[in-house]
Amino acid sequence: MTSESLILFFIVGLVLVGGAILFSSYIAPTSTNLQKSEAYECGVPTKGITWLQFNVGYYLFALLFLVFEVETVFIFPWAVMMKSMGMVAFVEILIFFAVLGLGLLYAWKKHALIWE
Amino acid sequence: MEFNIYDLTSFTSSFDQLLMENLSPFWAVAIEMILIGVAILAFYAVVGLYLVYAERKVCAFMQCRVGPNRVGPYGFFQTIADLIKLLMKELIPIKNADKLLFNIAPYIVIIASFMAIAAIPFAKGLHAIDFNIGIFYIMAVSSLGVIGILIAGWSSNNKYSLIGAMRSGAQIVSYELSVGLSLITIVILSGSLQLSTIVEGQRDGWFLFTGHIPALIAFLVFLVAATAETNRGPFDLAEAESELTAGFHTEYSGIKFAFFFLAEYMNMFIVASIAVTMFLGGWMPFHVGGWEAFNNIMDYIPPFFWYAGKTAFIIWVMMWFKWTFPRLRIDQLLTLEWKYLLPINLVNIIIMAFVVLMGWHF
Repeated sequence: MTSESLILFFIVGLVLVGGAILFSSYIAPTSTNLQKSEAYECGVPTKGITWLQFNVGYYLFALLFLVFEVETVFIFPWAVMMKSMGMVAFVEILIFFAVLGLGLLYAWKKHALIWE
Repeated sequence: MEFNIYDLTSFTSSFDQLLMENLSPFWAVAIEMILIGVAILAFYAVVGLYLVYAERKVCAFMQCRVGPNRVGPYGFFQTIADLIKLLMKELIPIKNADKLLFNIAPYIVIIASFMAIAAIPFAKGLHAIDFNIGIFYIMAVSSLGVIGILIAGWSSNNKYSLIGAMRSGAQIVSYELSVGLSLITIVILSGSLQLSTIVEGQRDGWFLFTGHIPALIAFLVFLVAATAETNRGPFDLAEAESELTAGFHTEYSGIKFAFFFLAEYMNMFIVASIAVTMFLGGWMPFHVGGWEAFNNIMDYIPPFFWYAGKTAFIIWVMMWFKWTFPRLRIDQLLTLEWKYLLPINLVNIIIMAFVVLMGWHF
């Protein structure tokens, strides 16, 4: 199969979820109740809003992830060519990782890797 | 039409030819698509349901219990009964939820795992799409699932869900780095991203054994990171039931909840498949260089059984993890990734590059 048939997998997933939800909504019982549609929280009404500003720690790790994930994308083509290029590729990756390692070390020393 | 269980390539191509000869091209393609679609659907459902059953049985035996044993022999139809029960449960609408995103989330989670299955080689010739960037594609697609989890948690408008989703996001994106880098270690050794080439390259020995120590380290790192990436215990902070009720899917009921559950098990299956393909030779039989008689005996076992057996073993190891280790705290979790696994991985890649450069691999 060619890569165009990927759309098939997309459609099958869509049909599975959509079909099952549709089927379930026909055979399942429904009853409306004010209390039932409240957000779940141990039987008491929710206090305050949920969509508020969140702990900055999560965003810090998201930023770090972005940096390193882009580096991973850069390493992939190198990894494929490593065997055929030999010494040149090895020296290149040493330089690349030296820079990358410095970045990680910087984040480490700035306590960006500590969860608060 | 010939059927050779050791090489399904001729079977699939002759089947293709048969349809093409008897029907117009449009209908041939359409029928092929429908058949493959139904096959994937059935495969997905069976694997998903029986992984849930396997998990319950494995956990029961590890805790000296019997596990499900009422529905069918040894409780074999328990998960099917559960699925029917969930289908008949009410889908409770949440008043304050973001309706659109709340309903989209299960679709994203399931479709991401479906797309990943497309590139997995199950046996020789049994391979839906053989991308030339196979492993890169699987990594890219399987990481889409986290978007579904984040959407599910955020749109529920529930604090448990939101905390669960945020934890899950931080965890999955962190451990994805380690998954990617440990796979790169093997890509250096194989020199290709195409999964069929990678499997063929392990004809004379799996990469876990031919790659010396760096391949072994990469395998261990991959196992840890993959367990964390699929949100399984001991890394199941996203749905830590004792503190967050059920995490990101607290508000989901009935069949929508079932889809999150199914996706979790399918993701486990996908990462186990990647581990098998990259490190343990995929559908390749176990060969030892030079032992001709031994290799011939091993060749009698069909490739699909090799693949299924190895995948089942990796899945069992991941279940073993879950029922052995206590759950980590989130700071411990992030420390493990950023201060241990990531530096180990970077050094490991350099060692592997050096090994390949010197030609020390077998």
